[in-house]
Amino acid sequence: MVARKFPPRTDSSKAKKVGSEKLKVQKEKIINLPLTKKDVLGLNAGDSVLINGTIVTGRDKMHKFLFYEKPLKKKIPFNLNGVILYHCGPIVGQSDAGYKIVSAGPTTSIRVEAYEHKIISSYGFRGIMGKGGMGERTLEAMKKSGCVYFHAMGGAAAYLADRIKRVVDVWRLEEFGMAEAMWALEVENFPAVVTMDAYGRSLHKEIEKQSFNNLKKLIAK
Amino acid sequence: MLKLRDGIVELYRKVATSLPPDVEDALKSAYASEKKGSNAKKSLEVILENIRLARETSRPICQDTGVPVFYVKTPIGLSQIELEKTIIEATRIATEKVPLRPNAVDIITDKNTGDNTGAGFPIIYFHETPDSTLSIDLMLKGCGCENVGQIYKLPNEELKADRDRDGVRKCILDAVYKAQGRGCPPYTIGGGIGAAKDQVTRLAKEQLMRRLTDINNSDILSKLEKRLLKEINALGIGALGFGGKTTALGVKIGVNHRHPASYFVDISVSCWANRRGRLIW
Repeated sequence: MVARKFPPRTDSSKAKKVGSEKLKVQKEKIINLPLTKKDVLGLNAGDSVLINGTIVTGRDKMHKFLFYEKPLKKKIPFNLNGVILYHCGPIVGQSDAGYKIVSAGPTTSIRVEAYEHKIISSYGFRGIMGKGGMGERTLEAMKKSGCVYFHAMGGAAAYLADRIKRVVDVWRLEEFGMAEAMWALEVENFPAVVTMDAYGRSLHKEIEKQSFNNLKKLIAK
Repeated sequence: MLKLRDGIVELYRKVATSLPPDVEDALKSAYASEKKGSNAKKSLEVILENIRLARETSRPICQDTGVPVFYVKTPIGLSQIELEKTIIEATRIATEKVPLRPNAVDIITDKNTGDNTGAGFPIIYFHETPDSTLSIDLMLKGCGCENVGQIYKLPNEELKADRDRDGVRKCILDAVYKAQGRGCPPYTIGGGIGAAKDQVTRLAKEQLMRRLTDINNSDILSKLEKRLLKEINALGIGALGFGGKTTALGVKIGVNHRHPASYFVDISVSCWANRRGRLIW
């Protein structure tokens, strides 16, 4: 099987690349996929972004499969280098015109914490996207490989589905089913916030620490 | 039961694609209270926009249409076997028509049945009433939030929680702290207290069917619910875990009698998309 090449990154007139001068006046950073290591290093925890290009989905079963079965990159019909892996099990409709994403918000990322570090280093992802953030091992792997975590809006599935312009392809649909297959999706201005960066900063860790201090005070009452 | 079946399909559609007004109102208040430009405010803005879009285009609010949980009150003489069959048939149809995401996975074969039916799926609780009407309540319980639920046995040394209401308070605060932003806050929290594990788990989840505006019959529990809501919101986890003022929209506690030797506290958590609805027949 030949690895399918995603459409080349297209910089539309409105979209400004990370690092562009115009970013200073913009609220959100525009991201065009695939990402390079340099792009990733230009992102910091707290940045709001709008993602453009092709991303792939993968959740519990796909992570377990990639972790234990270790399929060679060339066996995977997509080129995953620089791509974002989206923790999502979408609802997909099918008609004569092909697949259509009906509803596609993020799923809880921490469930794949045991696998993600290895998947980042083996498959070349530059971004992981989901909800709720991830743990130390993933944060460490992101620092080592140059990868960031995008926190998508949990539950906003209709809103986010409208930012998915096209289903590019799907892998392992028969074996894993609709929710667990790997869907390659072309997104346009897909909103997210960088909450874990390649410098080892995690907003999730910071909020957990603050809330722990608050909890201690409330319990002592 | 054909018409009833179609009624249940419509109930599925309503619950999957729209939120009860009390939940939407609470989310609007949360939005109004957050600081301009904060990630919490932005999240709530997207959430509210998503609710509007889902309702207007009749699409599921969240792609995880969850585990369907039915609470059915039947008048005397109505066959529960027939009703169960009708609900299962309606589930198959709703999965295709709404559509719902197929979520029922066989433990032995690991295969998804594709139609949201299987062993114990959907969950159906029956209760006979002297009333002459049939009442069917449906909750679509997403599993990101189901996974952050907890059960505690009091006393709990780590939390310095004794066998009293203050012990219950500490358990609930701890459960929300542990959940962080993983189950899509602002949450609705259901608490169940009683003698046996299975019973409190069911009781806690049932609390999520109460309207946010509903007031507990017990003044003591009502005060505890209010205090807990305030304290949970002081944890600072915020909408979607971005930090902020609203970590929960409501706390609802139900109690059963306990055994002298047991004191179970179960906490069931709903994501902001607390999807529930009722069909009266």
